[in-house]
Amino acid sequence: MITPPVVRRNTPQRYRLEAGKCKKCGKVFFPPRLVCDKCQCREFEPYTLPSEGAVVTHTVIRTPPRGFSDEAPYCMGIVQLTDGTRLLCQIADCEPERLSVGLKVHLEFRRVQEAGESGVLAYGYKAVPER
Amino acid sequence: MRDVAVIGIGMTDFGECWNDSLRDLFVKAALQAMDESGADRLDSIYVGSMSPGLFCGQEHIGSLLSDYLGQAPVPAARVESACASGGLALRCGFFEVASGASDFVLCGGVEKMTDVSGAQATYALGTASDQDYEAFHGATFPGLYALIATAHMHKYGTKREDLAQVAVKNHENGLLNPHAQYRMKITVEQVINSVKVADPLNILDCSPITDGAAAVLLCPLEMTKKLSKKPIVKIAASAMATDTMALHQRKDITWLGSTAKAAESAYKKAGVKPGDIDFAEVHDCFTIAEICVLESLGVVEKGKGGEASRSGLTARDGKFPVNPSGGLKSKGHPVGATGIAQIYEIVTQLRGEAGKRQLKKANRGLAQNMGGSGGSAVVHILEVL
Repeated sequence: MITPPVVRRNTPQRYRLEAGKCKKCGKVFFPPRLVCDKCQCREFEPYTLPSEGAVVTHTVIRTPPRGFSDEAPYCMGIVQLTDGTRLLCQIADCEPERLSVGLKVHLEFRRVQEAGESGVLAYGYKAVPER
Repeated sequence: MRDVAVIGIGMTDFGECWNDSLRDLFVKAALQAMDESGADRLDSIYVGSMSPGLFCGQEHIGSLLSDYLGQAPVPAARVESACASGGLALRCGFFEVASGASDFVLCGGVEKMTDVSGAQATYALGTASDQDYEAFHGATFPGLYALIATAHMHKYGTKREDLAQVAVKNHENGLLNPHAQYRMKITVEQVINSVKVADPLNILDCSPITDGAAAVLLCPLEMTKKLSKKPIVKIAASAMATDTMALHQRKDITWLGSTAKAAESAYKKAGVKPGDIDFAEVHDCFTIAEICVLESLGVVEKGKGGEASRSGLTARDGKFPVNPSGGLKSKGHPVGATGIAQIYEIVTQLRGEAGKRQLKKANRGLAQNMGGSGGSAVVHILEVL
């Protein structure tokens, strides 16, 4: 759902990669959580994710969902950032043939979806292969 | 806790049932289960359904279905765990009978998926993934399982043909199931050359969009002998587990932790090992899913799931038949009904009523039903006495 409240609420993560770090065990959560699943601690400090990483696994979406029809086919992957945190996103500016496990990427700020019924543009991060 | 038995089963044909509504489908399956059980009343109803709201614009279906089954004022609840909703409905009914709170509990599952367009159905299914961190970025369900497939192929050297072989095997089984949606033989070449959906998965790696319903009637084991002349089927174990909602949060993307945990717990409750199970119905929503499920159930070692279909291990005449019904792939996957349809097949096999697809050895069967990309899993073990 892309509605103004959702976009506003997710802005710290999608625009600025804001995560949370458990004060007790140091586990990083993206998005931030209220309880650590490792040690059950409830206190976190603000933490910003690094933007460099590598592809852990990948696919090419050829049958897209609503809101992505102009984009298909597009590359997607799970990216492991240099601090070990993983996230899922599109891999932009990348020919499908270039996709491989271990491909070095960095995150860039991009438009993610077409404007839906509410007309709000959805921005966020995409991975881009290093040149 | 009382022992619990299945005394009645029913299911509709799976497919594009344009003349049947959600309520029609459910009532048809439920009446079959009630008629063959010999029970003269219902005490409670559970219905597994993933998203009647998005597929039919209808919520509050516990009341709707109890009413149309002619059973109001019997209590009725819809339960949801995405594609594992059916398995969860059985689990809820199992505990209600085991606890002594009720004697006759109907556990059903239903999904009416073809009243909306393919794009809308894809959207509805996508709501079982993490909306903000998966679907937002354009991930689809085939896409998430494609990520699992790529990881499995990279880590273990699983081949494209191994994935295709799962679909070929399940279609061979479905050919003999009169309720199956796609009763046709397919070849490895056809799977590999079919339309691409999310690399490396093609359309013939994916379970279809399906309408259908299934239902089973539970009662205390000690009451079965008076009611039914059919072989008595006992639920030996019911287990459920959860895992991270988002695929990328898992340490090992190829490992279905919820399935492994639920299976471990079910084996313990039933007092059996994987080797004591004769056959299984598993959640092959995509070909790669069956491969990973077999590993997580402990049927094969980690990384060896790809060999299971190729070697014939999981064929109908193999050492460990998997999805004799045709699985989700050939039988069809009306999401909420799937978990109960698995139980329908297992009971049919355990009773020796499976006709042409009857397995040689069927004394103990396992059902594994999975939600989303593995965020939830329900495992049941059933035995014939």
